[in-house]
Amino acid sequence: MEILLASVIGLLVACGVYLVLRARSFSVVLGIVLISYATNLFLFMSGRLVTNRPPLITEGGPYTDPLPQALVLTAIVIGFAMTAFVLVLALRARGELGTDRVDGPRRGEKQ
Amino acid sequence: MSEMLILPIVVPLLAGALLLVGAPRKLHWHRAISTGATVLMLIIAVRLLLHSGDGSVEAYLVGNWPAPFGIVLVLDRLAALMLLLTAILAAGALAYGMLGTDRTAPGFHALFMFQLLGLNGAFLTGDLFNLFVFFEILLLASYGLLLHGGGAARTRAGLHYVVINLVGSSLFLIALGLIYGVTGTLNMAHLTERLATLDASDVPLASAGALLLLVVFGLKAAILPLHFWLPHAYGNASAPVAALFAIMTKVGVYAIVRVFELVFGYGDGPLADVAGPWLLPAALLTLAVGTIGVVTSRDLRKMVGYLIIVSVGMLLVGIGLGTETGLTGALYYLIHTTLVTSGLFLLADVIARGRPQGSRIVVGPRPPDSALIGVLFLVGAIAIAGMPPLSGLIGKLLILSAAQTSAWAVWIWGTILGSSLFVLVGLTRAGSSLFWQGDPVSSHSRGALHILPAALLLSASPLLVAFGGTVSGFAEATALQALNGTAYVEAVLGLSPTVPGIPQVTLP
Repeated sequence: MEILLASVIGLLVACGVYLVLRARSFSVVLGIVLISYATNLFLFMSGRLVTNRPPLITEGGPYTDPLPQALVLTAIVIGFAMTAFVLVLALRARGELGTDRVDGPRRGEKQ
Repeated sequence: MSEMLILPIVVPLLAGALLLVGAPRKLHWHRAISTGATVLMLIIAVRLLLHSGDGSVEAYLVGNWPAPFGIVLVLDRLAALMLLLTAILAAGALAYGMLGTDRTAPGFHALFMFQLLGLNGAFLTGDLFNLFVFFEILLLASYGLLLHGGGAARTRAGLHYVVINLVGSSLFLIALGLIYGVTGTLNMAHLTERLATLDASDVPLASAGALLLLVVFGLKAAILPLHFWLPHAYGNASAPVAALFAIMTKVGVYAIVRVFELVFGYGDGPLADVAGPWLLPAALLTLAVGTIGVVTSRDLRKMVGYLIIVSVGMLLVGIGLGTETGLTGALYYLIHTTLVTSGLFLLADVIARGRPQGSRIVVGPRPPDSALIGVLFLVGAIAIAGMPPLSGLIGKLLILSAAQTSAWAVWIWGTILGSSLFVLVGLTRAGSSLFWQGDPVSSHSRGALHILPAALLLSASPLLVAFGGTVSGFAEATALQALNGTAYVEAVLGLSPTVPGIPQVTLP
């Protein structure tokens, strides 16, 4: 299970980094989304993988760590807001710059 | 007393919320609210600084949850110093913003307040995850402020800034996950205890987390090679925003001091010197590249942006030495450079308004009131280049003399002195193109009011010399307290009563 999750996170980050380095703003936004998914999974896993246990400390019984779940909820909310913001910004840049290339129009391209 | 710690966060939060929903949609209402809030923050910051002056560390448990389970706010000398610096910058930037920038688009004052909320929170928090949250607040507000007023150049710089900071936030979370995974806590005071007794097999993971944190803070502080976003972002922002952003890179520097000197550097744990080998080389390279940028920039605002990078390099040299004298010099230099660069950003805008060429460094008509503006530019240039008799010299001397015993002394002295020379050359070239040639224009006159906030911020430099003994004494006490975290740890963990019924949490 650990190996599966670890490789999923690795794959997500690899795809995310590739997309973030692309020239068009939409791929960059998608890349950021993938990286933030991977980050959330990673953060969740930092409490170790425990199945079928309550996130409460019971008398002597095993439990899952509740803190990473709280952290990941916060991270998801913040990441969601940031994604919405960067999407709007990318749209606005498309409108104002006349191109969706993140480094501006190519030479010869109409401004 | 400890309840007062929440005020630097609550005041801008309430003011910002009021500006967003409650207040009438009239500009003078908005101006009154944000002026009131900023003045209040100045008073609170002075009060907190005086309180921290006796060397005590004050902690406040939010919601009365015992540390390390709840969120804790901590005030020591370093935090109090940064709070006061933020409040002074905010006052200057707001005064300039109210002369017209806030009229160009709605929402300036609300964003400004949220920016201050994020900054104050980041300086006060005693918890790494909470630091992330306040970073996000200040970043989100800074995205809005950076784009405020619109325009194609601003949008492009803004897109780059937002994307790079979003990737940085992800790295921050991964670092937090690594550190939490091996220590089981994110409370800074509690981390010092856990890190000291870290299992040898967990050290590689923890140091990976620590160095990832260094990358994130380095991104905020614009350390080489993470500095590319800064000149464009700052050069394209409106003047009061750029002036306020002068403290943003210092948030990164503050976080480096807090996390790597206090948390990881506490005691003789296995991670005590985890950032040490990286800081000095990065600092010297940052200095060199910033200096090249200053000499080659053809735009006054970008030049001030590169001056910020140079100052970050200087600060990191002081911090990277890892000694008390080095940190003292860095803290003195931090006060000086923050106020002077923000004053220079405002002054660059005053100059740009008065010339048909704007802020481009080309020969052209002089701005109106060029005698007054020229003198201010001279003061700013002398201060930032570290020439006598202004404050830059004292800060630089403190850092240079601290570096004498370092193994890197030759490199540090060579780089800092060479950098000073070339910064001086760049500033001289800019000053002579701007002020010594051409005829003055009167048609662009915007009144003397715009000069006033810039002059006030730049006047910090002679004041820092006049009260040099007091300031460097405070910087020394601050450095001592920051390097020796015992009082900090005791203040935070001493506050937490054992909660009946809850056993000590141990990692599975």
